[in-house]
Amino acid sequence: MRLRFILSEIGIGLRRNLSMTISVILVTFVSLTFVGSAALLQLQIDKMKDDWYDKVEVSVFLCPATSPEPTCAGGEVTEEQKQAIRDALDEPEVAPLIVQPVFFETKEEAFASFKKQFGDQSWASVATVEDMNSSFRIKLTDPSQYQVVADVVSGRQGVESVQDQRRLFDRLFLVIDRATLLTGGLAAVMLVAAVLLITTTIRLSALSRRRETGIMRLVGASTMFIQLPFMLEGAIAATVGSLMAVGGLWLGVQYLVTDWLGGTVSWIPYVTTSDVLTVAPLLVAAGILLAAISSLVTLSRYTKV
Amino acid sequence: MIKFENVTKVYARGARPALDSVSLDVERGEFVFLVGASGSGKSTFLRLVLREERASAGKVFVAGKELGSLSSWKVPQLRRQIGAVFQDFRLLPNKTVFENVAFALQVIGKPRHQILSTVPDTLEMVGLAGKEKRRPHELSGGEQQRVAIARAFVNRPQILLCDEPTGNLDPTTSLGIMRLLDRINRTGTTVVMATHDDEIVDQMRKRVVELATGELVRDQSRGVYGSDR
Repeated sequence: MRLRFILSEIGIGLRRNLSMTISVILVTFVSLTFVGSAALLQLQIDKMKDDWYDKVEVSVFLCPATSPEPTCAGGEVTEEQKQAIRDALDEPEVAPLIVQPVFFETKEEAFASFKKQFGDQSWASVATVEDMNSSFRIKLTDPSQYQVVADVVSGRQGVESVQDQRRLFDRLFLVIDRATLLTGGLAAVMLVAAVLLITTTIRLSALSRRRETGIMRLVGASTMFIQLPFMLEGAIAATVGSLMAVGGLWLGVQYLVTDWLGGTVSWIPYVTTSDVLTVAPLLVAAGILLAAISSLVTLSRYTKV
Repeated sequence: MIKFENVTKVYARGARPALDSVSLDVERGEFVFLVGASGSGKSTFLRLVLREERASAGKVFVAGKELGSLSSWKVPQLRRQIGAVFQDFRLLPNKTVFENVAFALQVIGKPRHQILSTVPDTLEMVGLAGKEKRRPHELSGGEQQRVAIARAFVNRPQILLCDEPTGNLDPTTSLGIMRLLDRINRTGTTVVMATHDDEIVDQMRKRVVELATGELVRDQSRGVYGSDR
């Protein structure tokens, strides 16, 4: 009896304020889509870090015949200097950080890969073997230990520069981070709008049923019994909104990321629909929390015993 | 059943008290008329019994409980022992007579079979048998007030509070309502009725409590409306 009665009360309330209910659903939908997008962007960064940091190397470029660097004052790198660098990398405090063996790229090999990459460009035709650097390519067991390795080799005679490829990605990650901040900010604004809208909806619903709640109070219905239909109304609308957000993100990832982006630029590890399902409980929980906060704020004022 | 000990109620700070040190004792099964001019404190008295308001000073006892120290989550339990009827009926316009009365039981979580058995009994008792499916606007004023009384009484409360129940009704209809309230009183229910209707008070010859500007000025058993008669 109780359950059926409460359910019918909820149905009446939702239908009576249909346009408000729909707006609550839409606002929760939009705000939680932003929240979900922010979460997915962060997941995207994690994925790229996992995938790329394993592949990146520290390149130690050695002096070519002519170079403005003071460490290259002695002209092209000599065999002794190379050996000194190898020895330095074999020191016990550095060696464990490095995946052995260290790969050495000669000028000729560098020129070959340069030709392969840019050979069809007109500006590249003036380059010669002598313009290339020979280099050590060092793979790190832990990419974050870059600085330790760099300190050992940089500044040595015969080393022109040390470059960490991670630096190249960091700029991309910064862009994605900023995008996350932006979506997060928009999400926060929309969440405030959602709370206010749910609050207003519950208030309207409570006011339009003042007669009923008045009689309920009079005949001794418990506070819980009086307030539950209103709370559930908000919760149902918010849950529907959050499920729509999950659905929207799922479609977005499937068609925009997996099918479209994945088809065009395939070398990036993208977020997948299973990542959407990972964030889904978070979104639904956020939706319900939203409704709960709004209910608590409103009902204590509009349906007191 | 209802006991006031030096009860004072002040609504706004500095204002004249709505009730001023009122002491009163209503026994179980009594029928009491509460009379007095508008603003004399009748409604405040009823609101204090329902604990819609708390006394500013003094103690209010209802059904053995002191309301000042009653925690708010126990208030619904208290109100289940009190029925209330008002001048404006307060029925739900989109519900039928049966649904209006059943509503009072539904919202306190009574099981379905109990509702299906008690509501028709109560409707028959107030003289509305056969009108279960009507809506309030299809009924006369007297019939609407009977629905309201049925709703107040369907849970068999120990106390029935009536705030000018005949205020909107003609004398003949009012008499019918009074007969009904008298019957309910005879089942052992304590009835407190605030009223302006001198004819009814004079006719019924019950206990009369008169309030004037918040003070209890008369408490007379088998009394009449005006003290000078």
